[in-house]
Amino acid sequence: MENILEVKNLTVEFEREKIIDSLSFAVRKKDVFIILGPNGAGKTILLKSILNLIPYKGEVIWDKEIRIGYVPQRVPFVKDIPLNVSDFFKLKAVSSKTEKALQMVGIKDKSFLKKSAGELSSGQFQRILIAFELMGDPDVLILDEPMVGIDIEGEETIYSLLKRLRQEKEITIILVTHDLSTVFKEATNVLCINKKKMCYGAPRQVLSSENLNALFGGEINLYKHRHE
Amino acid sequence: MNDLILSLITGIFVGGAAALLGSLMVSRRMALAGDALGHIALPGIGLALLFNFDVTLGAVIFLVLGIILIYFLNLKTSLPMEALVGIVFVASLALGFLIIPGKDLEQALIGDISKVSFNTAIISLILSLFAIFIIKIIYKKIVLLNVSEDLAKVNGIDAKKYNFIYLLLIALVVALGIKVTGTLLVGALLIVPASSSRNLTKSLKGYSFFSAIFGILSCIIGIIVANYFSITAGPIIILISSAFFLLSLVFKKG
Repeated sequence: MENILEVKNLTVEFEREKIIDSLSFAVRKKDVFIILGPNGAGKTILLKSILNLIPYKGEVIWDKEIRIGYVPQRVPFVKDIPLNVSDFFKLKAVSSKTEKALQMVGIKDKSFLKKSAGELSSGQFQRILIAFELMGDPDVLILDEPMVGIDIEGEETIYSLLKRLRQEKEITIILVTHDLSTVFKEATNVLCINKKKMCYGAPRQVLSSENLNALFGGEINLYKHRHE
Repeated sequence: MNDLILSLITGIFVGGAAALLGSLMVSRRMALAGDALGHIALPGIGLALLFNFDVTLGAVIFLVLGIILIYFLNLKTSLPMEALVGIVFVASLALGFLIIPGKDLEQALIGDISKVSFNTAIISLILSLFAIFIIKIIYKKIVLLNVSEDLAKVNGIDAKKYNFIYLLLIALVVALGIKVTGTLLVGALLIVPASSSRNLTKSLKGYSFFSAIFGILSCIIGIIVANYFSITAGPIIILISSAFFLLSLVFKKG
């Protein structure tokens, strides 16, 4: 399968400290590519560098004319702005068919558009962010620590939503998490990092208990029971 | 033309532009930027009063110099931006007090639009309309930048470019506002109407619309009241604007 992203020797430094140390990997079309690592491992920094939001050394090569959607972990200032869901969608340069966007993320109630963005639950707002990015019809959707297990009106979790999206359109997903069970259930490919590459490949092959122990250290007990 | 009408024209357009821009600033936690910039303009106003040219022109020159200075200081140190603005702001204030002739100090601090010339009113009107036009163009982009700079960048918005245009707009509108309310009160011209509007609305359109309406109404009522009692309009405008804010608290939505 063809690569849509190739990263070679990516290094990110802040004040002479290496946050990411010569990382190389590739993402294939239609992958669910999961970046796994403990807190402070540089996962968000890795996403920001492949999105060209921060300076880095090394090469980040995207497929030509690729459309990228990005769902950040937090959008801290949204509560400061009087913005309903419909207003928020209109901030998109190609804002078309807001109702369709809502349907895509499993919200059928049209009155949702009138709700204040600052008053949504974090799970609901994440869904709105995904809809926002889907309006740009992305080839790749990049998500930073999406809510685990939080659902909307008891219907669909973020993961079943992503699964459905992959069935409906040819979309590649790059996702950051520190939750191991997600990786086993969802990933086609996993990259474990803690500043540098710790493991890389299909989850069943590379997530040995030695590798996990090296990656999470003392945290491993939190995850072990899910590893079956 | 009648003095009152000329000051009303100036007040309405400058007040509207300031309030509209202010609606972007309140939601970006830049509420005090207008105040700081107002003070940075003080030496320019001093020179204008001393050599008899338009205060807006003097203000613009020093605002641009001040912004450039802050920009370069920012490159030289790792001090937070607020500290740098603070330093440039107090230094300008000190310089301003030395330059401004004693008898003109009050006008510099709280403004005077009782006697604007026809030309000044027209120039204020044109510059305000220009500012409103640019604000309309960049409004949604700045809102998305306010929501999340990363999200905006991924959506193709050139953050540096729009932040720079935004900063220049603030400088222009502050320079225009100084004529109406002086350097001490110009910050209020920007943020009080937006804060009132924020209390009343939950949609973006309503927010910017009512902000502009509050800004314009405060200027109209303030100028007419000040004219009737023959007092300086600046403080009256801000008091009216603050009264609208109190009133908005009564009708506050959520």
